[in-house]
Amino acid sequence: MTTLAERPDVAPTDGPRVARSRSDRMGIYLLLLPSLLPIVVLSVFPLLRGIYLGFTDARAGRHVEISFTGLANYRELLGDDLFWNSFKIGLLWAVGVTVLQFLLALGLALLLNQQLRFRGVARVLSVVPWAMPPVVVGILWKLVYHPDAGLLNEFFHRIDADGLRTNWLGDFNTALPAVILVGVWAGMPQTTVVLLAGLQGVPRELHEAAAVDGASTWHRFRNVTLPAITPVIVAITSLDFIWNFNSFGLVYVLTAGGPGGKTMLPMLFAYEEAFRYGNYGYAAALGNVMVVIIVALLAVYLRRRLREAN
Amino acid sequence: MFGKPSRTGRTLQYLALTGYLVFLGFPLVWLLSTAFKPPRELVQLHPTLIPSNPTVQNFVQAFTEQQLGRAALNSLQVSLASAVLTVLVALPASYALARFRTRLGTIALGWVLLSQLFPFVLLIIPIFLILRQVGLANTHAGLVLIYVVWALPFALWMLQGFVRNIPRDLEEAAAVDGASRLQVLRRVVFPLLAPGIVATALFSFISAWNEFFFALVLVKTPELATLPVALARFVGIEGTARLGPLAAGSLLATLPSLIFFAFMQRRLSSGSLAGAVKG
Repeated sequence: MTTLAERPDVAPTDGPRVARSRSDRMGIYLLLLPSLLPIVVLSVFPLLRGIYLGFTDARAGRHVEISFTGLANYRELLGDDLFWNSFKIGLLWAVGVTVLQFLLALGLALLLNQQLRFRGVARVLSVVPWAMPPVVVGILWKLVYHPDAGLLNEFFHRIDADGLRTNWLGDFNTALPAVILVGVWAGMPQTTVVLLAGLQGVPRELHEAAAVDGASTWHRFRNVTLPAITPVIVAITSLDFIWNFNSFGLVYVLTAGGPGGKTMLPMLFAYEEAFRYGNYGYAAALGNVMVVIIVALLAVYLRRRLREAN
Repeated sequence: MFGKPSRTGRTLQYLALTGYLVFLGFPLVWLLSTAFKPPRELVQLHPTLIPSNPTVQNFVQAFTEQQLGRAALNSLQVSLASAVLTVLVALPASYALARFRTRLGTIALGWVLLSQLFPFVLLIIPIFLILRQVGLANTHAGLVLIYVVWALPFALWMLQGFVRNIPRDLEEAAAVDGASRLQVLRRVVFPLLAPGIVATALFSFISAWNEFFFALVLVKTPELATLPVALARFVGIEGTARLGPLAAGSLLATLPSLIFFAFMQRRLSSGSLAGAVKG
């Protein structure tokens, strides 16, 4: 496939708006082919096939007959308490992490945008969690939450609050909040960097004009900064929400869905269905439901933001 | 930017910044500290923040007992192959995308955004079935193939940004001087594109190095496991004294991406990865 890379001599020399001959177009397609072919074979096709599998009774194992079952998987999902439970947890997780991530990142970005000392340290530190593999972030926080050797419990001991010591990831009440906090820690850096870039694009003159007019800091934030960075906010929160809803590795390492399914995100649930129980069709149906829900929620969110903008 | 804040305002700002530094920094300090603690200090009833007798024993143990060394080598192999292949495959296409306007290009870039929406469960089952059919399930080659495809959309987007930054006039000038199409690419475009190629290769290397889900599902033989999968299996092993080697291994697994981020720091803080050729 890559031999095509050595034939750029067939590419045309004309500009984008000039009418192209047929051979020119062939050249362009030859350049694009090595990239497009793998994407079609191993990304587009599997995706379509995955969507289709959601309407079948596919199961693990060689030489298993697959038959089309229509909406049977979805009827089963409707009556599956475990699915509803996982779905509820997934929403709590995705919304919780996204909102907290955004608020904390906005605060940090505003601080980093000022002339403060230690700003350099904070900038570097705020990127490190982003650089860590999700599995390592999971391990790191497992060490922090460890019931005996953990940083958090030791902290509560040192401040004479031994009553607050608990098995954070093993307790039914604390497991989900504890996991959400990790999600925030892991995702905050990227959101901060994006928001900071947005803040740096706000024209100085606007602030100066507002300051001359006697606007307070809060008013300037509310009426100058916020409107200016709204497009950035909408873009990054939408992406964060998608990434969070589809996240897997972090929680897999932290709790593997436990205790008692309290942190069983939809992705973990689908993984178990597919690769522990071999219910490929059912797991794919679950994936389809996840896509529909993400798209629906995003549509509502984006429409409301758009209406606010007008 | 907000003019001169009052003294209480400043104090509040520094308090908030300290809060952020503690939240972001302490878990990292804890990982470092755990990685250098001897077993005796790990099982101690009340652990300390700074190890009193730091040791590198955990690193040695991580490699010898838990075979993280082999996993790291596996990861290195898979990530290097992914990086090289991604660049080779993306190079011609990104050139075409940057220099000629085609509908195909728009579609390809649209796919980048659309593919973000779909959970991996939908992809993984058919991919697993395809790889099994062609005999690449449970092999590094299969994993590399998936990583290349997975990194391609973003790599294309990134590389074509770099190509766009090379003035078209340079190419035309070389052509006027009698250089052939191939010579123009070799003498003018590729040298100027070097930073972009490095950045794309690093991106692809890191996304393969950090990837967990596909590696977990597609590779079953323990000897072939990549570093994240080996670390995740390691987590399951009970015992407080094991935390030391686990932390040490995790620290090593983070090094490549830290280097990558240090390299990209300037572009990251200016907010755009599709940065200029300058510098």
